Amino acid sequence: MAAKIQLLNVRKEFGKVVAVKDMNLTMNEAEFLVLLGPSGCGKTTTLRCIAGLERVNKGQISIGGRDVTNLPPAQRGIAMVFQSYAVFPHMTVEQNIGFGLRMQHVHKAEIQKGVREVAELLQIDELLARYPAQLSGGQRQRVAVARAIVMSPEVLLMDEPLSNLDALLRLQMRAELKRLHREIGTTTVYVTHDQIEALSLGDRIAVMHGGKIVQLDNPRRVYDQPANRFVGGFIGTPPMNFLRATVNVEGEEVLLAVGEFMIAVLETWGPQLKKLTGQIVILGIRAENIAVHAEPGGERLPAEVIVSEHLGSRQLLTVQVGEDILKVSTNPDLVMQPEQTIGLTFTKRKLRVFDEKTGSILSFHGE
Amino acid sequence: MNYRRLQHQTLLYMAAVVIALWVLMPIVLIALASFTPKQEIYAWPKSIIPSHFSVETMKYFLNSYGVLSSLLNSVLVAVITLGITLLVGAPAGYAVARFIFRGRQVYRMGILMTRMFPTALLAIPLAVTFIKWGLYDTLIGVALLHSAIAMPFAVLIITGIFVSVPKDLEEAAMTMGCSRLGAFARVALPLALPGLAAAAMFTFVISWNEVFGATILTVQHRTLPAQILSTLSASPLYFRFAGGFFMVLPTLVFMFLIRRYLFQMWGGATTEK
Repeated sequence: MAAKIQLLNVRKEFGKVVAVKDMNLTMNEAEFLVLLGPSGCGKTTTLRCIAGLERVNKGQISIGGRDVTNLPPAQRGIAMVFQSYAVFPHMTVEQNIGFGLRMQHVHKAEIQKGVREVAELLQIDELLARYPAQLSGGQRQRVAVARAIVMSPEVLLMDEPLSNLDALLRLQMRAELKRLHREIGTTTVYVTHDQIEALSLGDRIAVMHGGKIVQLDNPRRVYDQPANRFVGGFIGTPPMNFLRATVNVEGEEVLLAVGEFMIAVLETWGPQLKKLTGQIVILGIRAENIAVHAEPGGERLPAEVIVSEHLGSRQLLTVQVGEDILKVSTNPDLVMQPEQTIGLTFTKRKLRVFDEKTGSILSFHGE
Repeated sequence: MNYRRLQHQTLLYMAAVVIALWVLMPIVLIALASFTPKQEIYAWPKSIIPSHFSVETMKYFLNSYGVLSSLLNSVLVAVITLGITLLVGAPAGYAVARFIFRGRQVYRMGILMTRMFPTALLAIPLAVTFIKWGLYDTLIGVALLHSAIAMPFAVLIITGIFVSVPKDLEEAAMTMGCSRLGAFARVALPLALPGLAAAAMFTFVISWNEVFGATILTVQHRTLPAQILSTLSASPLYFRFAGGFFMVLPTLVFMFLIRRYLFQMWGGATTEK
């Protein structure tokens, strides 16, 4: 069972603070949608509105074509996994998982069967008789997930379910959640502030900022074609590099001037970029799309190495170009000394240009 | 470091022993005296340990005029007080803990402000009012007064209890098919039980020990402390010891019974965030 979720002009205010600003969002059947954003961006509030734990001030929410705006959580056909797990401490694992079914007055034998099935699915079938106090964080997390999916909800809501786990366990659970979603195929809304989680799990990612969705796209495009500087700066480790540049025209060729240095762009951008001649734009480039050369000169942008960090599979350089600091990802075998002057070249088709004032991406990138 | 730690521990335990003795000695002495044969109480030099165990004094006390009926009254008053206090105090504490409403702070202060007026000040007008309402010299009347005395403490204790039960748990129950009331009854209430038991114990002890209001508001239907107080000056020494012991006993037993709930906080998982 999987249902479509629709948010129409949903608005949620807490006193004078507007947590969710007139949001429109459609989640497809069986989709894994991630709400991603920094703390305070309204992602959890949005999730709680869908769950029915918050009443919206305005707008409409429908699940599976049914208007649920004024229904209590119990009647929405949802299940939710909380950040704190919210496993009931006074019930055994078995009672915890069976709770939702008991509330629906499902037959006892059927509850037992359902509980056993999901417990096996999540590999906690040996813990059924225990109390939550006797479980590790990872095990409690599994109980929380099992408790939600045993109800075969139309919609599964998850509020930062992995944020309380240690790094290794998080990696493991992440893969498991992905497998689980493939197996049960429930429409899933997943809230996180961790962009890696979002990129890895989401069919689509809704990047939120200040109560609004600033970009709704598949992970590849969110990473590659950030809608604005905020998204570029929020997603990716390290975040996207930004450089101030001036649009220059030399004969037929359009160039971007970073200080004294001229950077060539794709020819196809020429006609549109030309209209901005003389204006300042923001150039965006990801760390892995910058090539490093030991010597500057020619087409190479001169830069000074400030720090080099060996990260195992990659080496991360922090370099200075004029006033701007860039992060560059290189082959770990390349030996770099601090204060060394190097040359950088950018992969042309990976260059992104943003409006200096609004921060929005300029639309000639096409794709 | 280790030496200092040991020193610290030793001091701590010594302090604990001193405080325990301070509290327990009178109780022990009274208990011993109330099981000492009558003549021995007046004997000189007096031995602390009685020569033989005797229930003679206790028997005398319990068979004294008015003691049994006032004991029954005391229990009834305490039970009614408990009922009223929990019935009103539990929802009040829950509301203060869970809901943000206009005037919440004022409400909290207001609860405490009712304790600004000592019982001595309230007793006479209360007696007049109770006479008018036909509540004078009734157990309900005394229970109402005791509820009023215990309520602020009960509400504050219960507020603290519900604050320590994470809201998430109730919300989780609501997403799993419970109504708000259902979530309260199935999740918040069971988790709050140990704390509610503490509040109940507290209320019981307040009612059981309260003597001033009960003395003023009753004539025929005395509670035990009021009864003992009114007959104290005319009673022999052993009656006083037996009465004292009998007053302390239920409180001790009650605390002992309820102690289990106070320690049993579900392995600490309730407070986890």
